[in-house]
Amino acid sequence: MSSVADKQTTPSSLLDRSDVRVTHASGLVETVNAFKDRVRSGDLGSLPVIVGLVLIWSIFTIINPVFLSANNLVNLLFDCSTVGIIALGIVCVLMLGEIDLSVGSMSGVGSALLGVLWVKQGLPVPLAIGISLCAGALTGLCYAYMRTRFGMPSFVSTLAGLLALLGFQLFLLGSTGSINLPYGSSMVSFGQLLIIPTWLSYVLALVPGLVMMVMGIRVRQKRMAVRLSAKSMTTVLVKPLLLTVLLVVVVGYLNQSRGVPWMFGVFVTLVLGLNYALTKTRWGRCMFAVGGNAEAARRAGINVKRIYVSAFVLCSTLATLGGVFAASRLASASQQAGTADVNLNAIAAAVIGGTSLFGGRGSAWSALLGIIVIQSIANGLTLLNLPSAHRYMITGAVLAIAVIVDSLARQSRLSHGKA
Amino acid sequence: MVTQEASPLAARQPLLSLRKVSKHFGAVAALTEIDLDVYPGEVVALVGDNGAGKSTLVKTIAGAHRPSAGDILFAGQPVEMNGPSDALELGIATVFQDLALCENLDVVANIFLGQELSPFHLNEIDMEVTAWTLLNELAARIPNVRDVVASLSGGQRQTVAIARSLLLNPKIIMLDEPTAALGVAQTAEVLNLVERLKDRGLGVIMISHNMQDVRAVADRIAVLRLGRNNGVFTVDATNEELIGAITGATDNAVSRREKRLADTKQVAGNSQ
Ligand SMILES: Nc1ncnc2c1ncn2[C@@H]1O[C@H](COP(=O)(O)OP(=O)(O)OP(=O)(O)O)[C@@H](O)[C@H]1O
Ligand SMILES: [Mg+2]
Repeated sequence: MSSVADKQTTPSSLLDRSDVRVTHASGLVETVNAFKDRVRSGDLGSLPVIVGLVLIWSIFTIINPVFLSANNLVNLLFDCSTVGIIALGIVCVLMLGEIDLSVGSMSGVGSALLGVLWVKQGLPVPLAIGISLCAGALTGLCYAYMRTRFGMPSFVSTLAGLLALLGFQLFLLGSTGSINLPYGSSMVSFGQLLIIPTWLSYVLALVPGLVMMVMGIRVRQKRMAVRLSAKSMTTVLVKPLLLTVLLVVVVGYLNQSRGVPWMFGVFVTLVLGLNYALTKTRWGRCMFAVGGNAEAARRAGINVKRIYVSAFVLCSTLATLGGVFAASRLASASQQAGTADVNLNAIAAAVIGGTSLFGGRGSAWSALLGIIVIQSIANGLTLLNLPSAHRYMITGAVLAIAVIVDSLARQSRLSHGKA
Repeated sequence: MVTQEASPLAARQPLLSLRKVSKHFGAVAALTEIDLDVYPGEVVALVGDNGAGKSTLVKTIAGAHRPSAGDILFAGQPVEMNGPSDALELGIATVFQDLALCENLDVVANIFLGQELSPFHLNEIDMEVTAWTLLNELAARIPNVRDVVASLSGGQRQTVAIARSLLLNPKIIMLDEPTAALGVAQTAEVLNLVERLKDRGLGVIMISHNMQDVRAVADRIAVLRLGRNNGVFTVDATNEELIGAITGATDNAVSRREKRLADTKQVAGNSQ
């Protein structure tokens, strides 16, 4: 009798622990168990893509150990950055349940504009990049206008945009067909050579863990001060420690070869920035709300049109930035830039990384994880001397698996009441 | 209308007045020339059959629909509402019949949707505390405010929607069938809340099909029928009268009622 009474009185001293039906995780073991429960109920988060990545890497390493060499991984990171940035934009539109099919052509226009304005017209690089990005923003604005003013599905408007932009790219490049960027210029070395100095890369590897730990402790103190449950100190400390160890090991391994490319550094910075914006700002909250239930968001007083504009503009602008990076990586702006599989890889990366096609679910990390999966496949198959035919087929299969996992997890969430 | 003259409220200025408000959806006239006054510290119940236009009226006042014709006056001033945010700014809060919650967001995020604290670095802790305070006021049975709304029961969702409407300290609160899915304790709590809001001087518009709930809290009962005003009653109107006005079973229920009311008043006056 007394034990029952105890159970009911102790937790109610905390504001959010008054309901006796719910088990709460505060310690380390409970947190791990809660995570297991979450996964079982279909709230998978990034787990499938990490499992997939481990699988893919193991297979390629077994077939050809060169795959896991530091030098090859550095190349992989260079390759990830360009399409990864485009995928980051795709995450924004997918979050609203929309799509942008023209990101490939948009990136092609971005690289063509860089080539024409910088190499041919002799404008300074920052100005040329600035104009490219503005062109991207303008395109995004057009899509958003067609979506909000005419209710045109983005599937159609961006398909039209794909053709129009492709034409514009060919028009810009004109008869020559491609413009070579000068070797030795800062742009090209940024795309091919520039590496974060060793000391700085170690410092940067320590920062996320430190920030996480400080924030964790502060949140814990604040929550306890206002009578909310807080995580135990061990839980607060273990996660940042693990993260720091992981990052230092990775950076150390990459530094055995050339090191961490600046280009990848820029990409990760953008991922972190978008992640912060999506999870910690009102804008991000509105993005999730509009993606989940646009009418509810409207009635809550959110300016839904402005959210659409921000997402489409961000997507197209990031696509042009990806195009600019691709041009510096290839040292040329050609008619082929942004065609072929860029479009599909960018969209596939966001989806493989775990951003839902149905809107309202996703994260900036999915762009990073997804693009690493896709580039690993491309890179591994190139090492095996397999033609692109195989690459397309395998990437297609992985995408299909990712969508199946997403759908199964969705069903499981529904049956566990966590849609 | 009759009651208004008798009531001391008539001396004061209505918080919200509708003057000949109409709303058409294409060929459908959902609302035709609706007049309605809500005074501070007054609960107006809005009743009517399914499809009578109650929710449409609430959505129009909430800025979710634009009226096709007519004026909305807030504190005596005509207002033009270009969207729900304008209504929220005026101090008109609404619990919609379809609740309008984002299922993919947690309870705290839904309560604070569009009103988040410190927009550039969300203050999750203060938001969570406020959410608990609001929910406890409603005797809510919500296990964890960090669960997504999709995992809540219908009544729990309704409580969340009501909690959200209280967040901004509104001047008028509109509840579209707030007790439809609620349990006994929660219904009582919502009716208590309505009383408390009234005592605080808020205007309340409550829609309900449950005449007991209506009688428990309402000062006046406005009947809508086929998108038109069909009389305003006091709580001592008989059920037959109300049902007559709602269903239109008796064509001139209002006038007959007036006559009878006058008769009873006379009787009461004589007996005194
Ligand atoms: N968005 C809309 N488009 C077209 N017609 C609509 C729309 N919303 C409501 N209507 C029509 O307006 C009329 C009134 O609907 P409303 O939802 O206001 O009824 P209600 O009184 O709230 O009914 P209930 O008691 O069932 O909630 C109905 O005939 C409905 O078909
Ligand atoms: Mg209704």
